[in-house]
Amino acid sequence: MRFSGFRVVKEALTGHKGWRPLWRNPAPQPAYDYVIVGGGGHGLSTAYHLAKVFKGSRIAVLEKGWLGSGNIGRNTTIIRSNYLLPGNEPFYEFSMKLWENMEQEFNFNAMVSQRGILNLIHTDAQRDAYRRRGNAMLLAGADAELLDRDGVRGMYPWLNFDNARFPIKGGLLQRRAGTARHDGVAWGYARGADLLGVDLIQNCEVTGFRIENGRVLGVETSRGYIGAKKVGVAVAGSSGRVMQMAGMRLPIESHVLQAFVSEGLKPVVDGVITFGAGHFYVSQSDKGGLVFGGDIDGYNSYAQRGNLPVIEDVAEGGMALMPAIGRARLLRAWGGIMDMSMDGSPIIDRTPIEGLYLNAGWCYGGFKATPASGYAFAQLLATDAPHPTASAYRLDRFARGYVIDEKGMGAQPNLH
Amino acid sequence: MLIPHPLLGLRDAQEFTYLGDAALLNRPDGMAEGAAEAFNDYVYLRDNPAGVHRELWFHEQGDRSWLIVTRNTVTHEILGAELARDVALAAKGGAQ
Ligand SMILES: Cc1cc2nc3c(=O)[nH]c(=O)nc-3n(C[C@H](O)[C@H](O)[C@H](O)COP(=O)(O)OP(=O)(O)OC[C@H]3O[C@@H](n4cnc5c(N)ncnc54)[C@H](O)[C@@H]3O)c2cc1C
Repeated sequence: MRFSGFRVVKEALTGHKGWRPLWRNPAPQPAYDYVIVGGGGHGLSTAYHLAKVFKGSRIAVLEKGWLGSGNIGRNTTIIRSNYLLPGNEPFYEFSMKLWENMEQEFNFNAMVSQRGILNLIHTDAQRDAYRRRGNAMLLAGADAELLDRDGVRGMYPWLNFDNARFPIKGGLLQRRAGTARHDGVAWGYARGADLLGVDLIQNCEVTGFRIENGRVLGVETSRGYIGAKKVGVAVAGSSGRVMQMAGMRLPIESHVLQAFVSEGLKPVVDGVITFGAGHFYVSQSDKGGLVFGGDIDGYNSYAQRGNLPVIEDVAEGGMALMPAIGRARLLRAWGGIMDMSMDGSPIIDRTPIEGLYLNAGWCYGGFKATPASGYAFAQLLATDAPHPTASAYRLDRFARGYVIDEKGMGAQPNLH
Repeated sequence: MLIPHPLLGLRDAQEFTYLGDAALLNRPDGMAEGAAEAFNDYVYLRDNPAGVHRELWFHEQGDRSWLIVTRNTVTHEILGAELARDVALAAKGGAQ
């Protein structure tokens, strides 16, 4: 079933009787060449790229709940490639390029919208830091523009420019950044993978690994044992729990991140804005709700819900930056579990157990990485060689002293 | 979340800053054999359990004591709090 404008018109005229489910619902086979654990964005993107680019076959994705029930359906949908460090920026720019062609490639509307992200500047030191970051972005082939105060005023005249403590002095703008419909991304990759023969197996929790002589042979699941030549784990916030079953401790803590949406409003924010002096960022969904968030709650959590102090902190940030937000009513608040790594950067690597591969440590920024993470993980699974842009994401980089610490915070996950 | 401070009673968790797993109290001996590996474990690797977790909280906006709080990471229920100092001294065999 291909989607097209013609198809939409045809279905409208024939009572919408021709639409079919987007993927099969197969029972698990006894064994596969590749088993991907976790049916979130990264797991689905991995399976899709494994089948499409690396021509793998006999692939299954095992998901303990329903596809997209994790962070892929909980995030604030921002995509961008505005990183500083050489271990990160080429990877995120590769991801940005994949976003730009994704919908045509998998024939699904993921509502990718390059509406731009503006990081606000409030001090001279911050301007220097953002100028440096912008230059790093340009060097990696991304786009970046430094705006002065008038440049920002031209885009968002209603921001609070003269806040006594945090006046707005300018901003770093990446026009190619933006948002995408998070569920649509998961569904698009799921459907694309299914069409290429991947088995998407839901309600199938991995409960253990069968490992003999240092090699993984398969996984124990709530739907029985499934053999596999290679197993790729992409379970985001559950990484610690799952890898513990393989006897591994990770450089990761699980933390909760909250997000919020207001009632629907007339269009007012047409891009993404981040406050440079507090924990607040905002965009507006196509339905009109202001989608906003801040920072993680800051303590280990698997609860998928946070506490009120952070809600208050984010609301205060919002009021400082755009006082008009005070009139909007909050519709919903929710939380997701983040795999916060010790340097704030991800891991895409082999493990000491042969045949077992790990994709983890995405912190609060893994949505934008969904296409490239899946591509790079698929390449690693298929060829045992890392994708060039992901070659710094090694598991042993901590022991070797090659951390990728964008914020310079050290081994303190709640500060990244 | 309210933390039952052993000296000050129930205090809002907002008064505290969070460090992490209470295993951080057991700093390895830098002179011992295999210290590099022990420090890699100590600095970077975590048990990260879903369930009961003993963790270090610093009463920064209060009496500036370090506490070990026992908390369930799945429900956020706080099960108890002790002075980290007492725990560390007990592990060394009491005050010297
Ligand atoms: C509130 C919030 C806002 C965010 N905002 C942004 C943003 O604006 N931009 C951005 O780039 N990133 C953002 N993120 C981060 C991003 O959502 C995550 O980094 C990313 O989605 C993680 O990868 P994933 O999609 O594969 O994870 P998930 O969707 O969580 O997938 C993991 C899957 O593994 C499954 N699983 C777990 N254990 C098992 C098991 N034992 N067996 C089988 N399956 C298992 C889970 O059920 C889950 O479906 C945000 C996150 C949150 C919570």
